[in-house]
Amino acid sequence: MGETITFWVLAVVSVGAALGMVFNRKAVYSALMLGTVMLSLAVLYAVQDAPFLAVVQIIVYTGAIMMLFLFVLMLVGVDSSDSFVETLKGQRFWAVIAALGFVSLIALAIGNAVFADEAGLAQATAQGGYIRSIALLLFTKYVFAFEITSALLITAALGAMVLAHRERLTDRPTQKDLSRARFLGDHPSPLPGPGTYARNNAIDMPALLPDGSVAESSVNRYIARYDVEHGRMPEDPKLAAAIRHRADDDGADSDAEESNGVTK
Amino acid sequence: MESHIAEIAQHTGGVIGLSWLMIAFPLVGAFVLLVFGRFTNRWGHLLGVAMSLASFAVAVLAFFELVGFGEEQRRRAVHLYEFIPGMVDMGLLIDPLSISFALLITGVGSLIHIYSIGYMSHDEHRRRFFAYLNLFVAAMLLLVLADNYVGLFIGWEGVGLASYLLIGFWQFKPSAAVAAKKAFVVNRVGDFGLLVGMFLIWTTFGTLAFGELQPITSENPTTLAIGLLLLLGACGKSAQLPLQSWLLDAMEGPTPVSALIHAATMVTAGVYLVVRSGAFFFPEGSGAALAVAIVGAATLLAGAIIGCAKDDIKKGLAGSTMSQIGYMMLGAGLGPAGYAFAIGHLITHGFFKADLFLGAGSVMHGMNDEVDMRKYGGLRKLMPITFATFFIGYLAIIGFPLLSGYFTKDGIIETAVHHQPILGWLAVLGAGITGFYMSRMVFMTFFGQKRWADDAHPHESPSVMTIPLMILSLGALGLGAYLVLSNRLLLFLAPAVGRPEELPAFHFTSTPGLATLALVAVGAAFAWMRYGRAEVPSVQPRGSFLTTFARRDLYGDALNESLFMRPGQWLTRLAVYFDNRGIDGIVNGLAAGIGGSSGRLRRIQTGFARTYALSILIGAALLTGALLLVGNI
Amino acid sequence: MTTHYLILSGLLFAIGAMGVLIRRNAIVVFMCVELMLNACNLAFVTFSRQVGNLEGQIIAFFVMVVAAAEVVVGLAIIVTIFRTRRSASVDDANLLKY
Repeated sequence: MGETITFWVLAVVSVGAALGMVFNRKAVYSALMLGTVMLSLAVLYAVQDAPFLAVVQIIVYTGAIMMLFLFVLMLVGVDSSDSFVETLKGQRFWAVIAALGFVSLIALAIGNAVFADEAGLAQATAQGGYIRSIALLLFTKYVFAFEITSALLITAALGAMVLAHRERLTDRPTQKDLSRARFLGDHPSPLPGPGTYARNNAIDMPALLPDGSVAESSVNRYIARYDVEHGRMPEDPKLAAAIRHRADDDGADSDAEESNGVTK
Repeated sequence: MESHIAEIAQHTGGVIGLSWLMIAFPLVGAFVLLVFGRFTNRWGHLLGVAMSLASFAVAVLAFFELVGFGEEQRRRAVHLYEFIPGMVDMGLLIDPLSISFALLITGVGSLIHIYSIGYMSHDEHRRRFFAYLNLFVAAMLLLVLADNYVGLFIGWEGVGLASYLLIGFWQFKPSAAVAAKKAFVVNRVGDFGLLVGMFLIWTTFGTLAFGELQPITSENPTTLAIGLLLLLGACGKSAQLPLQSWLLDAMEGPTPVSALIHAATMVTAGVYLVVRSGAFFFPEGSGAALAVAIVGAATLLAGAIIGCAKDDIKKGLAGSTMSQIGYMMLGAGLGPAGYAFAIGHLITHGFFKADLFLGAGSVMHGMNDEVDMRKYGGLRKLMPITFATFFIGYLAIIGFPLLSGYFTKDGIIETAVHHQPILGWLAVLGAGITGFYMSRMVFMTFFGQKRWADDAHPHESPSVMTIPLMILSLGALGLGAYLVLSNRLLLFLAPAVGRPEELPAFHFTSTPGLATLALVAVGAAFAWMRYGRAEVPSVQPRGSFLTTFARRDLYGDALNESLFMRPGQWLTRLAVYFDNRGIDGIVNGLAAGIGGSSGRLRRIQTGFARTYALSILIGAALLTGALLLVGNI
Repeated sequence: MTTHYLILSGLLFAIGAMGVLIRRNAIVVFMCVELMLNACNLAFVTFSRQVGNLEGQIIAFFVMVVAAAEVVVGLAIIVTIFRTRRSASVDDANLLKY
């Protein structure tokens, strides 16, 4: 009875999270949804007499792989949200048809199959218990596969390092180079902080320069975009225009600006 | 009617046992001259002459050894080696027929070798010339000495090769190169006949050796077919109708070549083939023999008519050669009675025609290689020896009483009138025309006004050229009488070719003989009126329809062109059209179809990984469905 | 219960496949692939209990190991592509075509 309740709860959660992962525009949300699915599955493993796998699932998947996904998301740009306009003709329609067809075929096959009562793992783990039995299989019958996976992991690690490594093509800039670049650039001084000389010290308010003009670059563009999306605009039209302008900044330009800032 | 052909006896030892040396000497000469090339330039011609003379010496010694045997033992076979196991044993057959040819080939050949030393002295490729001449002599000797058809065929092709090389010796002249090619191609037609004839002989009789074939008395369709095929081969090699067209062009070769190959020896190979096969496939009174006689008669008239119109002295002589070989073929088609005269005429013709050709060569040598007789005239005082020898050859060929041609040609004519009256009287007519065109040649060259160009300085040739001329003219003078009177040659050849039922006796006053003499006299007189007494225009006049007909070689080339070349071209064009439209159409259409459909099909490769993934998923779904249907899982 | 687990597994697999086909962000596509692998693992574990054999769990374990390796290399590739093309869209990498 307990297993049935657990199953239905987690089945609903995991299917919903999976659908959410597919249909969410933001990659970070997708990653979180995937994490949910994985945790649900871990519990389902545990329910099904597979505590070892449940732990491995949590450690490896939710712990390691999901972290890796999130790191890469940060690297690639966490703000990148997909457009849901399909560019390939018929792709979405046929994808849904194929997926539905596939799942109904699977359901048909499984529904038609008659299963005996579950055999359970009691007999398989009779000698020395569950963990010992697994270890016995892993280090006797599957020892070669086990060793080969170690080779695979090492190779994968090396491959990832080689792929992600970037050769430095120029000399590392010295302090002298950096300061020279800074003083020859647009901003010899640091970028203005938000709220400086402002009538408001909120972080989403652009700073005013000593001459009274608005410093657009003092506001983070994500925050500016958030403001625009949620209509939290200041009353001062000059400030509102600056925030809108900042929000419309496209990524490439601001990336360049950011890297400029670094070199400065 | 039974032909008496002696059995062939195996022979070892003696000079006859060494008769392969006859072939080996000139072969070695050709090999040395060709392989060692320029190193032999200085003495190459001497080696060539020496090899030819050595061959002649062997032939003479073999002849005397052969004569030493009794009449019925004069067919000696010398086994050399097994050529094609189970099929052909290579051996030499030394019998009266082959030794006669061997003597003619090596004798006249040696004289022409000597003559060539002088004639080719200014040619930088003289060594190569002698190599080819030696090659020719070796091949020709193999042709006549082999004791089977395969050996004969090898020699046959060998002389064809030598002929091709020598006609095209001055291959920098396009006309010479074309003439060589033409001779080669036309000869292939004849060779085809000979080859198929040999196939038929092998399948019918199971042997290709002369000694193993049995003489036949009556003809059956197979032997008729073999006979006609062999005749086709003979026609090709001997320039008989309808394969005559190459001989006139062959005069592009150096004059000694024309004398040796295209007058004295190679072109008579066809006569040899017919006579050698006579007992087997051309029995007296058979259809094949009649075909031989008809071809001979037709060619002797055609050659004579062509000879009448040519202004080129060598082409005139070439027409004459055709005509004279026509006489020989006519004789060879008359059975054993005619064989002796045919061979006799062949031998005497070998002498007097070589004499005439070398005489013509001597004239050309003195006239800056001018060949147009209209540019000669009045040369008899400037070239007395050439004139004298040429004149003897001339008298011999027109059949002036008591000279060589008189005996042998009249022998053929009388036998022909006796056996085939119509052909015989045509031969008489041909003799009259011979009288005309040969007289015309002599009158235009040596009599009348001088018409030569200003830069020509006619002079007598050196003695290395005139001495062979004199020797040859001696043969032209007396050889005929020696061979024919008291049937010497006939009796000598009898063991090899058979003996007629009654021996012919030579009548000096027979009706055909007198008629021949009268016609020759008329022809010569007519020629004197036209070319001796009257002035000869140095530019060729237009001439009547008949003259044009003769000048154009009786439209032989035109006939060949319209019968073979044009249909061949049409066939080729048809094939090209078919190839372009049909074959290429299919191939190109297929390629275009595949290319076009591929061009459309490749659009499937969009480059979008998601499209590929979609097709994978659809495939997986379909597979699952199929498994459900089939496996009932 | 086996049937339920298996249908849940098939459902998750199909959702993952659909995500692979619909999404263009390479990282999300990758996540969907992981979802499909997890769905397979669920089936393995279910069958393991159904037939009373531990080997299904062993195979699921190996699947996890291989998935880990695959994620490492795959994400490295995505980073490399992003670095040169400034885009993580799978549709942008479409030069290999007709």
